Formats: sequence, structure tokens, C-alpha cells
Amino acid sequence: MGAQKKGGGGARVSEDAEEQSHQRLQAILLADSFATKFRPVTLERPKVLLPIVNVPMIDYTLAWLEYAGIEEVFVFCCAHSIQIIEYLEKSEWYSHPNLVVRTIESHKSISAGDALRYMYEQQTETSQIQGDFVLVSGDTVSNMPLADLIQEHRERKKKDEKAIMTMVIKQSKSSSLTHQSRLGTDQLFIAVDPLTKQLLHYEEDKIDHPRGSVCLDKSLLESNPSVLVCNDMQDCYIDICSPEVLSLFEDNFDYQHLRRHFVKGVLVDDIMGYKIFTHEIHSSYAARIDNFRSYDTVSKDIIQRWTFPYVPDINFSGNRPLKLGRQGIYRACDVIQSRSADVGASSVIGYGTKIGDGDKILNSVIGNGCSIGSNVVIEGSYIWNNVTIEDGCEIRNAIVSDGVKIRAGAVLQPGVVLSFNVVVGRDFVVPAYSKVSLLQQPTTEDSDEELEYADSSSRTADHLSGLNLQMESKASELGPDGAGYIWEVCEGAHDEEWKHSVAPIPEDKLAEITQAIDDDDTDDESVVPTSGELKSDADSINTDMNDPNDDYYDFEKEVEGTVLRAVEENIKVDLVTLEINGLRLSYNMESADCAGATFYSMMKLAVDTPHNSASELYKNAASIITKWKELLGFYVKKIDEQIEVIMKFEEMCQESPKELGPLFTQILHLLYDKDVLQEDAILRWAEEKAGADEADKVYLKQCETFIQWLKEASEEEDEDDEDEEEDD
Amino acid sequence: MDFQVVILAGGFSSNLVPLVSKEVPKALLPVANRPVLSYVLDLLESNNLKDLIVVVEGEDAALKVGGWISAACVDRLHVEVAAVAENVGTAGALRAIAHHLTAKDILIVSGDIVSDIPPGAVAATHRRHDAAVTVMLCAQPVSGPSESGGSSGKDKTKKPACEDIVGLDSWKQFLLYIAKGTEIKKDTRVKKSILCAAGKMELRSDLMDSHIYAFKRSVLQEVLDQKPAFRSLKQDVLPYLVRTQLRSDVSSDQNNVEEIGNGKDNMQNNEVVLSQILSNASLPSFHQVYESGLDSRKTHKCCVYIADESKFFVRLNSIQAFMDVNRDVIGDANHLSGYSFSAHHNIVHPSAELGSKTTVGPHCMLGEGSQVGDKCSVKRSVIGRHCRIGSNVKIVNSVVMDHATIGDGCSIQGSVICSNAQLQERVTLRDCQVEAGYIVCAGGEHKGETFARK
Repeated sequence: MGAQKKGGGGARVSEDAEEQSHQRLQAILLADSFATKFRPVTLERPKVLLPIVNVPMIDYTLAWLEYAGIEEVFVFCCAHSIQIIEYLEKSEWYSHPNLVVRTIESHKSISAGDALRYMYEQQTETSQIQGDFVLVSGDTVSNMPLADLIQEHRERKKKDEKAIMTMVIKQSKSSSLTHQSRLGTDQLFIAVDPLTKQLLHYEEDKIDHPRGSVCLDKSLLESNPSVLVCNDMQDCYIDICSPEVLSLFEDNFDYQHLRRHFVKGVLVDDIMGYKIFTHEIHSSYAARIDNFRSYDTVSKDIIQRWTFPYVPDINFSGNRPLKLGRQGIYRACDVIQSRSADVGASSVIGYGTKIGDGDKILNSVIGNGCSIGSNVVIEGSYIWNNVTIEDGCEIRNAIVSDGVKIRAGAVLQPGVVLSFNVVVGRDFVVPAYSKVSLLQQPTTEDSDEELEYADSSSRTADHLSGLNLQMESKASELGPDGAGYIWEVCEGAHDEEWKHSVAPIPEDKLAEITQAIDDDDTDDESVVPTSGELKSDADSINTDMNDPNDDYYDFEKEVEGTVLRAVEENIKVDLVTLEINGLRLSYNMESADCAGATFYSMMKLAVDTPHNSASELYKNAASIITKWKELLGFYVKKIDEQIEVIMKFEEMCQESPKELGPLFTQILHLLYDKDVLQEDAILRWAEEKAGADEADKVYLKQCETFIQWLKEASEEEDEDDEDEEEDD
Repeated sequence: MDFQVVILAGGFSSNLVPLVSKEVPKALLPVANRPVLSYVLDLLESNNLKDLIVVVEGEDAALKVGGWISAACVDRLHVEVAAVAENVGTAGALRAIAHHLTAKDILIVSGDIVSDIPPGAVAATHRRHDAAVTVMLCAQPVSGPSESGGSSGKDKTKKPACEDIVGLDSWKQFLLYIAKGTEIKKDTRVKKSILCAAGKMELRSDLMDSHIYAFKRSVLQEVLDQKPAFRSLKQDVLPYLVRTQLRSDVSSDQNNVEEIGNGKDNMQNNEVVLSQILSNASLPSFHQVYESGLDSRKTHKCCVYIADESKFFVRLNSIQAFMDVNRDVIGDANHLSGYSFSAHHNIVHPSAELGSKTTVGPHCMLGEGSQVGDKCSVKRSVIGRHCRIGSNVKIVNSVVMDHATIGDGCSIQGSVICSNAQLQERVTLRDCQVEAGYIVCAGGEHKGETFARK
């Protein structure tokens, strides 16, 4: 289906090829991360408007795109789109001479994939995207030049139609422990052809589980004499895309995530043969703010001027430049600072901020209009605008949002995130890694997708006003005179906290990582291969045993869901088979697996339908089989598939010997009568089973008479045949 | 240099039947009328490695090889010949001769190599990195080892199978991964832990293991003792060492007490110090970085030496390889043969007799005392000593060993005629092998056959 569509698309592109030389440079900026890593802050304000070193993130991205020669940017807004559009309207970007900023609003998109599909649909009407474009998200801080890279991409594309994307990567710091954790992202393993720079493999893995191995397909090595596998690269999430990328998203409606789905999909799919290339940057800076840790890292990089010219003392987007002093201290000209206050290296202090007596500020960013009492300690923290901190507070490695009040003597332990307008009570100690918001933690979280979007801006506002009233009457979780809820860490995410927080990784976690490596190695030691056997093989056997089973289980679940829905909504058999076939392809299953799974879900349905006696259950089963035998028949055309069904059935009976067990023969007979199973299949199954253990033969024995009858029948038939032959 | 060299000369190799026999073990197969072992010995001698142990499988074969060595080079080299039981594998063979090994480092060379890659360079690399093992890698011939000459069309259609898959670090100094291409069924699996430590790994399928290894003796002996199941150096010992390089079980530190016991302690200690200085002079390797990050962790280094692409390297491990190496040594790689070539790029021994109108083309060799009749044509072939060849004989791309007799009107292409074999009149052979002493009857026409007594 997709191929035909693609053919049309390809033709159009080649027509455009001539225009490409003088086409304008365009970019799509996703002003939504489609993730929840910045919650609770992002419940009230979109991520791209959060300040990093006192300037909203999106300004860094736009300023860089403008500098890099991009002429038109489409800002794709989902969550809090109103806020983003309002901000852009007020900012100078709308009237910028070199850069045209257009906003696109969509509330339906819940992932980058949806966003690009939406773009594609728009595209067919307005054809805004004329050729290759740069795809970035609104939280990118970079100063890399793009013009040459786009040129390179275009030339490659001219030579090779299939080269649809160029991905920017950068070498990260070379310490084995902190490669990826520096930005708080997962470990990245990529394989690249060292000559052509083509991307061959992309794999992300949790930092604390460096176990296992990277699997490269054998054909990869056969077709490339040399493959470079890297672990020390970071993905900058800056992509130069050809228009085919949009149509690929359109064709593959299940692509959501740019990397997890799209890149992997392209790499795996060898039918279309699309290729992704990488471009490594060396001297320029590029990083994406994915979580609080990268927020911290990128902030420090900005303060240390790696991102020049996007540094606090230069006006690059209408920001008021600060004055750079010694030791990398940036200070607004109107800061009121007590003489006894000590502002240490690498700090930023914004406009209209007051700093009291005896304060100690180190490695921190303080926004505009803050007032800080006396004897306050602020270390490695990010204080946004209009924050009030009373006397004697201690703040270490925390993020404090706009309008927060921290009352005297309160302590923020490392990793704390305070959302907007929270009030921390007197002498209250906010425990490490807590996230505090005026909004209650959404209890019914969308389980399938992690969305920033889930709460739309309007709802949040209503929520807020009502909430404030509530808060006053209720004793706060942040001390008697505080206001705000401490969010509970949701399950599973607990391990992630330390990884994504602004606080430095605690010693014990580092030790744990080391331990993990150790364990990994000792695991491996126990499997010392015998002569001639390579370790890699032993590994592969293990995982091969596990993976397909898991896959099969998932597959079975999906099929079950499909069949259930089909029965409930009375969907046509053709459509159901279409859907199951789709599942079969996506899980890479055999047709026999489909037969087994379909049959399994039908029987399960029968068992789940309320019944009082065995005969009622039989009736249930019979009605379902009768009704859906066509569906089953679609998959049991071959003997092998039929045997699979019998085996599956036997397995089910063994699992629930009370329910289905006694009906084994009856249902088998029914299947035979309904022509779902042929006698050959049943006889072959009986033959195969004849050699099994006694315990396995329970059901074989149960249906002995039936099989006997079948055998006789077939012999008779044979005789008949012979007779006929004789007659001839 | 405190290096002991072990030459694994094998014995009776089933791949090479019918060329090898009880009389001719693999090590003595002639390549341009010299035993293949002599090429290895010359190579080592030219690198000033003169303390050699030749390990041969089987007593009989050992006697034969020993006899040849004592006759050929006893005055130049210090060679010991050790016999080990058959089919013990390379690791088994080393285990059997362990008591002979005394030097700090051991260089292990396969006895079937015809090459001009200096083993001394491997030894030097090994010392410089103070490595546990150093492997020599060489460029894999474009499509299988049989293609170097281009005349044998047999393997051309075959897809280039990757012989070995090796993983190197970004400076191409260390070996991070090794696997035999044929043993990998579907995926190549690279351990993440080593990838994390090294940062980058280049997986190459265009390099092949040349079966020249330098081992630290203490490491080698420890592995052989600890893992009695290991049979093969290449398939067991080497992958094991590569796999465990970040959590070494072997004591890669020098066991100084033992060293001093050897009686040449002064020199020994000097060398230890020297190798340490050399290894410290370079940038800290990822091993050291890794080690420093974790205490109580020992590492050992697995290094590689990558031979220059222009170097010649062939292992004589199949009949095809035998043909190729014979052709190459008198053809493209004639600097290896040690002979001086005539103006016609061939070698005809002065005592050989040629009949009238007989031509011997370039890249041919005619051994001592051989006689060739009238109107014969010899192209790109090696003919041994004292062969008798009749009239109207065509020999192309073939090897004829000593004392063979070829009758009138024979035509031989791409074949091997072993010593003392006899072809009667008008035999046509194409891609055949004739066992030593076998008699092929007159007038037969054969293609791709093997002649051997049952």
C-alpha cells in the first residue's frame, strides 16, 4: 500500500529537484517535547518557555536557526499553545527581518509522529514545506552552522535518492561512567559506516544497566567491511530531513517517537531501503534539554560560554544582556547586593534582584526580580523570576520556579523542583528529589503515552483558581504556612529520579553502576563456553529463548483484544483478518502462530462467558466456533497450522483442567465437523503425541475413541479409493 | 629478544588429502620445490628469531620433519622438534610442550604460512604495550584466499564470506572483539561493558587473523592450566582473553620470583623496566582509565598488529591454497622464493633438459634433473626434480612434484601431480589431484577428480 503512495511522492520530489537549488531554508520546530520529564512545571507553562539562564529555551533555538541561515520556521504548538503563540507575538520574532516564524497549532497530536503527520496533511493543502527541512525541538541549544550541512545533505540526496535524513551527533565526554548521564539521557549505542557515515544501528539503553550486548545483524558486516560502533556519541536531535520523512510518518501511522520508532523503523526496513546519515560536529555546540539533568548541564555550558554567541552578556533575542565579571559571574546592572554577600564563580544574577547580608551564592542562576533575605545559601540551583527567599534558607541543587516563596529557615535538599507559586513553610525541609506543585498530581495518568499535553492550558487555569481556595483551608504538605503538594514518585520512575535530577549523582549510585558492570561480568563468567564455542553464541541462545516468547505473549494479547472486539462489535471477518495479519507482520509471527492465537482467544472468550455447567460451556464454545470458523479457517489452511491449533488447545486444557479439560474431545470433534481441522492433522498430532510422556498424553487418551474412529474412517476411505481404482 | 618461537607445524591435515601422506606431512609440502616450513623458518631467521620449537602432530611426522630440519638448517638456527599426539588441537599441543617454554613471551606461528610480514613487528608491538596477547591481522584477500592470481574461476562466484570479525579500538591498537564469521549465525553481539569502556569500536570484516600470536608466557600457561577444555588457540584461548580483558583472571603482573630463578635475572629485569617505560610513554589506554575508575580490578591488554596491505600472506590450508601459493611464489610474490629468475621470469635448473620446440613460459619453474620431451608447453606451473615428461605435453597452472612421470600427449590443467606418480599416454586432467605413486591409465579424460588408492 505504502509503496504506491511513495512512488507518487518520489515523482513529485524529482520534479522539484530543480527548484531545490534556490529554495528557501526551512525548519520545523516542535514546541512540545511530548514527554513529562519536566512535570510538574510543565503543567502550567510549556517547556519551551521555561527559562534557561534567564532566557526562554525557544529563544535559543530560534536565535540559532536565524543565525544558521534558516529563513522560515514552523513552530508546532500542542500543549499550552496559547501561551507559546502569545509569547511569540509579543517577542520580536514575529517581525524579524530574516526569519519568518509561523505557528501551527494542533491539539490532537500526542507525539512527534502525530505532529509530523499533521504537518503532512497540512502540506497537501498548502505545500508549505518545499524541500529539505531542519527538524528540531524547541529545547535545543546550539551554535552549529547549518548551511553547509544542508548543502551536504542535498548533494547526497541528489546522488542517492534514498538518503532521506542526516542526523547530527556529537562526541560526549569520554568517561565510561558518565557518557550519557551527563545529559541524563539513556546510553546510546550507534553503528556508523566510517566512510560514508551512514547510520547502521541505533540503540538506547538505560545507563544503570550496561549489561548485555549490542546486536548487529550479520548482513551488516557482510555488506560493510568496516563498521564503527560508538558509545561515546550523543544524539543532538537535530535532523536534516527530506520531504520523504513526512510521508514516511504518514505511511507508518504507528511511528510516534522520532528515534525509537522512526529511526529504528527506517533502519530495519530494507524494502524501502531508505538511509539515514550522521554528521559529527566537533567544534560547535549542540544539545537538547531533555530532562532536569540536561537542564543543569546546558545551563553550565551556557555560563561557561560554550554556546557563544548565545551567552547571557549578548543580546540575541531581545533579552537584556548582563554584565560579565570575573570568574564567570554575570550580573545585571541594577542588582542590589549586600556587601557581606558572597557571590561565587559561575553565577548569574538577573535584573531587579536583591541579595541580602551574608548570602552565599555559588554556581547558581538567579532570575529577575527575586528578593533573597540574609544568610541564605544557594548552591548549584536555578532560581527563576520573582522568587522570594527569606532569611536563613538553604538551597542546594534545586530548581525554583517563578513566584515561589521560601519562608525563613526552610531547606531544599538536592534535586528538589518547586513549581510556580509554591510556598515552602517556615523551617520546613523539602526532602531530596521531591517535586512540589500547587496542582495535585494527576491521579489518572494516561498510561500509554507520557504527555505534556494531557492537561490543556485552559483546564489548568480553571484548576488553578479553584485550587487556591482549597489550599487555604487545608493544611499544606509544606508546613503550616506553606502551599503545595509534594508529588509522589510514580512507580518505576523512582530509579530515574537521581538520574534526571539537577543534583549530582550520589556516590552510592555511582557505586551501583560499577556494581552493575561487575555483576554483568560475573554473570558472564559462569557461562564459560566449552571448547570451540564462542561466548556470543551462548548469549544469543539465551536471548533467543526469551525474546520470541515475550513477543509471542504480547502478540497473543493483541490478537485476543482484536477478536474480542470483533465479537463485541460484530466486525466483518475480512476486517478482522486484515487486522490480525497486520499484527502478524508487526510481531514477525508465522501464520501458524496466528492460528494458535486466534483459536486461543476464541476459547478464552468461551470460557470467560458466564456459564454454569460444562454443557453450557460447550454451547458457548460451539456458538463462537460456528460463528467465527471462517476467521479460524483463514489461518488453518495447512496441516501444520491445524496441528498448532490442537497443541494450543491441549495447552489450554492443561492450564484449566477443570473447565475445558473434560470437553477436549467434544470440541475437537466439533472442530472436525466444522471443517476447521482435517483428519490428517488430528492423526498426525496423535502420532506425534504417541511418543510423549504419560503426563502429556491425558488428552490423547481422552480422545482415543475419536481418533480410532477417524482412523477407521480414513482406512475405509482408502479402501474405497482402492475399490474405485480397481473399478477403473 | 627474550622471545621463544613455537611453530605449530601440524601433521597430517585432512584438508590436504591426497597431497599429504605418511611420507609427506603438511610441513614438508613443496612450495616452489621447497618445503613450506622453510618459508616460515626463513622468515623468522630474517627477523633474528632463532630459538625455535617446531611442534608436529604424530611421532612419524615429527621424525620426518626433524630429519629435514637437521639437514637443512641446523647450522643457522637452534631448532627443537617436539612431537605431540594427534588431534589435540593447538591449545593441546602447547599444553603438551609447556615445560619447554621458559621465555617471558612466546611467539606462536602457524607452520603453513607463506608470507613476508615480519613477525618481529608483532613481537615489538607486543612488548611496547606490555600486552597479554598480540594478534597479527592482515588484509583479507578480496574474495577468499584463492583469488590472488585470478586464473582459478572456481570461487569467483562465491560471496565473500567474512572469515573473521574483529573489533578494534579507535587507534587500532587493541583487540576488543573477535569472532569467526562462520560461527556467527545471525547477529554479531558486542558486549556493552567493553564498548562503554572503549567508547568506540570499529568492527572489521575485511581483516583476518593470520595465526601469528605473541603471548605472555605466564598468561598463556595460566589459561591453559585453568581451562582444560580449551582445545584451540584461535577459537578458545584468544576469544577468552579478549572477552575477559577488563576483568582479568590471569596474573598479568610479572611473577618476578620465577623470572629470577631463570638465572638471567639482570637482563630480565632490565627488560621489564624497559617495557614498562615504553608502555607508560604512550597515552593511557582505556584499560588504565578503566582500571583507575574501579579498584580491585585488573585488566590485561589484547593488542593487534595490522600488517600492511601490500604484504603477501597465504596459509596453506587447502588444496586451492596450495595451488595458489605455488603459483604466486614464482609469480607475483617471487621475492619470497629465494631463487633468481631468468630474463623470461622463470627458473629452469641448468641440469634440466628440454626437447626441441618445447616452451617454458614465464612464472614457471623446472627443477633439477627434470627432462621435458619435444613440443611441450609449460605455463605458470611448477615442476619438481627429476621428473620425466614425454612429448606433446601441455602443463598449465599445475604443480608436478619430484620424480613424477608424465607420458606423451598428456594435457594437465589446474592439477597437482604428487611425487612418483605416473600418468600414462594421452591423459587429460583438469582440476585433479593425483596421489603420490599413483598410476593414471592411458587415454583417460578426467575433470575435478581425486586419484588415490583406497
